Amino acid sequence: MLAELRNRLRAESCEEHLLQLFERIEKSELNGFTTLARESALEGARQFDKNPGKGLLAGVPIAIKECISTKGIETNCSSRILRGYIPPYDAHVIERLKAEGAIIMGKTNMDEFAMGTSTETSCFGPTRNPWDKEYVPGGSSGGSAAVVAGGEAPCALGSDTGGSVRCPASFCGIVGLKPTYGLVSRYGLVAYANSLEQIGPLTHTVEDTALLMDVISGHDRRDSTSAEGERHSYLPGLHDGVAGLKIGIPREYFGEGVNKDVEKAVWDGIHTLDALGATWQEVSLPHTRYALAAYYVIAMSEASSNLARFDGLRYGLREGEDKDWHTTFSAIRAQGFGPEVKRRIILGTYALSAGYYGRYYLKALKVRTLIKEDFLRAFKDVDILASPTMPIPAFKIGERINDPLSLYMADVFTVPINLAGVPAISVPCGFSGRLPIGLQLMGPHFGESKVLRASAAFETATAFHEAKPEVI
Amino acid sequence: MITREDVEHISWLASIKIEDEEKDKLVEQFNSILEYFHQLDEVDTENVQPTYRVVDLANIFREDEAFPSISLDQALQNAPRREDGYFKSPRIV
Amino acid sequence: MEDVIIGLEVHVQLNRLKSKMFCGCSTAYHNSPPNSHTCPVCLGLPGSLPVINKKAVEYGIKVGLALNCKIEEETFFYRKNYYYPDLPKGFQISQYDYPLATNGHIMILGDDGAERNIRINRAHMEEDPGRLVHAGTIDKAKYTMVDYNRCGMPLLEVVTEPDLTSPKEARAFLDKLKSILEYLDVFDGSLEGSMRVDANISLKGGDRSEVKNISGFKGVEKALSYEITRQKNLKRRNIKVVQETRHFDEIRNVTVSIRSKVGAHDYRYFPEADLAVLRIASWVPAIKSTLPELPDAKRERFVAQYSLADDHAKSLTSEIKLANFYETVAKTASPKLAAVWIADVLKGELNYRDLSIESFRAEHMTEIVQMLDNSQITEDGAVQIIRALLDKKGDSTSKIVTALGLGKAEDDAVQKAVQEAVAESAAAVADYRAGSERALNFIVGMVMKKTRGKADAGEVHRLVKAEVERV
Ligand SMILES: [Mg+2]
Ligand SMILES: [Zn+2]
Repeated sequence: MLAELRNRLRAESCEEHLLQLFERIEKSELNGFTTLARESALEGARQFDKNPGKGLLAGVPIAIKECISTKGIETNCSSRILRGYIPPYDAHVIERLKAEGAIIMGKTNMDEFAMGTSTETSCFGPTRNPWDKEYVPGGSSGGSAAVVAGGEAPCALGSDTGGSVRCPASFCGIVGLKPTYGLVSRYGLVAYANSLEQIGPLTHTVEDTALLMDVISGHDRRDSTSAEGERHSYLPGLHDGVAGLKIGIPREYFGEGVNKDVEKAVWDGIHTLDALGATWQEVSLPHTRYALAAYYVIAMSEASSNLARFDGLRYGLREGEDKDWHTTFSAIRAQGFGPEVKRRIILGTYALSAGYYGRYYLKALKVRTLIKEDFLRAFKDVDILASPTMPIPAFKIGERINDPLSLYMADVFTVPINLAGVPAISVPCGFSGRLPIGLQLMGPHFGESKVLRASAAFETATAFHEAKPEVI
Repeated sequence: MITREDVEHISWLASIKIEDEEKDKLVEQFNSILEYFHQLDEVDTENVQPTYRVVDLANIFREDEAFPSISLDQALQNAPRREDGYFKSPRIV
Repeated sequence: MEDVIIGLEVHVQLNRLKSKMFCGCSTAYHNSPPNSHTCPVCLGLPGSLPVINKKAVEYGIKVGLALNCKIEEETFFYRKNYYYPDLPKGFQISQYDYPLATNGHIMILGDDGAERNIRINRAHMEEDPGRLVHAGTIDKAKYTMVDYNRCGMPLLEVVTEPDLTSPKEARAFLDKLKSILEYLDVFDGSLEGSMRVDANISLKGGDRSEVKNISGFKGVEKALSYEITRQKNLKRRNIKVVQETRHFDEIRNVTVSIRSKVGAHDYRYFPEADLAVLRIASWVPAIKSTLPELPDAKRERFVAQYSLADDHAKSLTSEIKLANFYETVAKTASPKLAAVWIADVLKGELNYRDLSIESFRAEHMTEIVQMLDNSQITEDGAVQIIRALLDKKGDSTSKIVTALGLGKAEDDAVQKAVQEAVAESAAAVADYRAGSERALNFIVGMVMKKTRGKADAGEVHRLVKAEVERV
């Protein structure tokens, strides 16, 4: 899709194309975009129309999640505390996109500081699911997923700390990849839980995801956790098929708690891959049931530290008269953060505090080791794993927001991947009513090629990615 | 069990002011979440090393080279309150 | 005399590095406008990430080895979480368990004149916070101004065991530490704020107080003296010392309690996942082999090689620049005489003027010591030359000697020639007495011949006239 678009833009007018998108966005009810970079984007389009250049993404518009630093464009993590913050620097991924000629359209809505599964905790209000506006688009990269699915942007970047790319991809019926930890530089990604998160693409097709990965992956010396080695291209061999590929079906990812439509669609998907020449076998990831608790302890602990810098001194919200610093900052943070963010910061502070560190944080990191070992063991026997991305299809806006624990439960199949640091993709594999369902394919560390190859084979054999929501 | 006093102390540590009327609800929410976390107690982690970093990298450095800093304007452009090139903070005592 | 127990935490800026601990900002921020040496990393802007300065780690190991510490095989950074306006991320990247260097010691001169071994608990790496500036005094200021130029400076925190027993010993420890750091060429102590001290003080059997962030060695002595007196007074009145943090007010020379909430010091240390671990065991032998001769070793060598008195050797090796200066002079001038004149005289004159050894040229000192050695100048003359050079009243020793008439040996030779010439010129003396001024010129000419023209003609004329009138 993106390759065709690139060629079409060369023949037609990029500026025209962008103006049409902006017009569509203005009329949209999705609330997917938060900030539009209209002027700089149109200027970029006019440049392209004069001299298209050779970049892999020359002239291609892209939407960027609010938590990725964009020089000169507000970056606020959909939080009141960071409203008005204009970064003086671009994230590594933005530099890469610009170097390949992509045009930054604007920023997309998200759960505040990426803490959520529904894009309802944003200070800009919830984003709506393009397939049914009463439903959530998933989260936390809900804005990015909704604008791609809703035809407002051809592709987008999100970030995935515990499923935040894959969940909205699944709920919105598009492709979303969480790369191996260290494959994409986090330089410029506003941290929520820094040991877990990665930036990842949200696109209509697997090929588009591979293309975006070719652009954004690779070593960056400004991120000390960035994997070293040569840049890799995911496009060659993408369509080599799945003959002989061994797929593991983790038994803990099926059964109780999984919606029947979801379970059926995922099994249909597995059988499709089987018919294409792959084989499948059941495997066990025995510590799966502890992943959710371990994930939330670690994510909240890291968040309590990562979000300590928001104090209204160097940037962001500062209202009212200054009193002494602790009183002032405590008041700013009380006003600036929403309830879910406060909940996670305070619980994370508790989990790290004297006397509780061993019971919560350290314990969770040990369980993390066991979960990682589960994956390493499974990948000795199989090439990739397959499961539902989410145990359920999208739920209604407002349905779960007042019950934090039930929201957390929805992440049960996505968080183990972040704990283990392995890559996983969500590809459309069916519908429950009119709501999309996602198939999750997971690979070993730096096994993106295998995951993408299986996804491409599945996509070629099915038509789910071609279904489009009626424009709302 | 987390108490009202615990919530007061932790939110002070976290520098987040909590209104009195919010406290009871937070105590209840925190206790239900912590109770969920306590299922980790079931896992035998004796002789298990913690995973602080999911990829094992060592000795990642930069050389000792100075690069140009950002401009003073860029440094201060987002500061809600500033004076004479300084960030203006509430008093510390 | 009650037993005083003092332990120090010394924050040393590794300010000989070019760039900060985790970013590429220059360390040369002194005398620059506030916030002009910052970037997304050291300002803690959302999304920025730290990268470790390799040389900072090498310097840390160097210092650890010089302090006789054990270097950890695998070490890493933690986050120390607390809120303060000078800390832009809301945490300081520091070390906690497995610090870079542990269990060292250095020797200092104790109060009783004997050498004392002071144990080093640990030395760890961390980043410096920014600087807070107040209009007026801290407790009166309406708000606080923040400058992040210093933020991210590479720091080494050196923590002693509670082995020090007086403010004077604390001072001696700091002097020795500074000396070692400058020998290693990792530190320049002349820069403002380059070494800052937290001190723990207690009287034996009592609780301790911690005085935070004292800058300047004089400040440390004063703060400790005040704090000891305060604790003794409390004890006399049977009031218990409370364990607390205090701030040293440099203007009033007192320590004041920083009221802090109970349980406030819960730093919630946890490993910094944005940084990889450091496996540095293999670096140690190479770094060890580059360690320079340290003060104690140099002192022993000076005693042996130049036959110096121990106190002279100690004084000359207290600063690497002074020791190098001495050795340059001792190469071509008498080492023993040079030691006396540099350690006893030059150092005093420098201190009096608040100047460093860099204000005096080694060649000048060499010439002065050589002239003394050859009895060309008196001791008093040598002191005058040193002063004239320091006060910029001349830039060549010989010109100063002539200008101030300090050349002991030469003056004698001229005087002798004058006396001889007058005695040998009876006729000319008679003519002069008969009223012929010009008759003196004959005698002057004779003197000039005798001194082979080295003497100053005008000066000789004056001397001849005086001699004729005297005779
Ligand atoms: Mg420290
Ligand atoms: Zn910097």
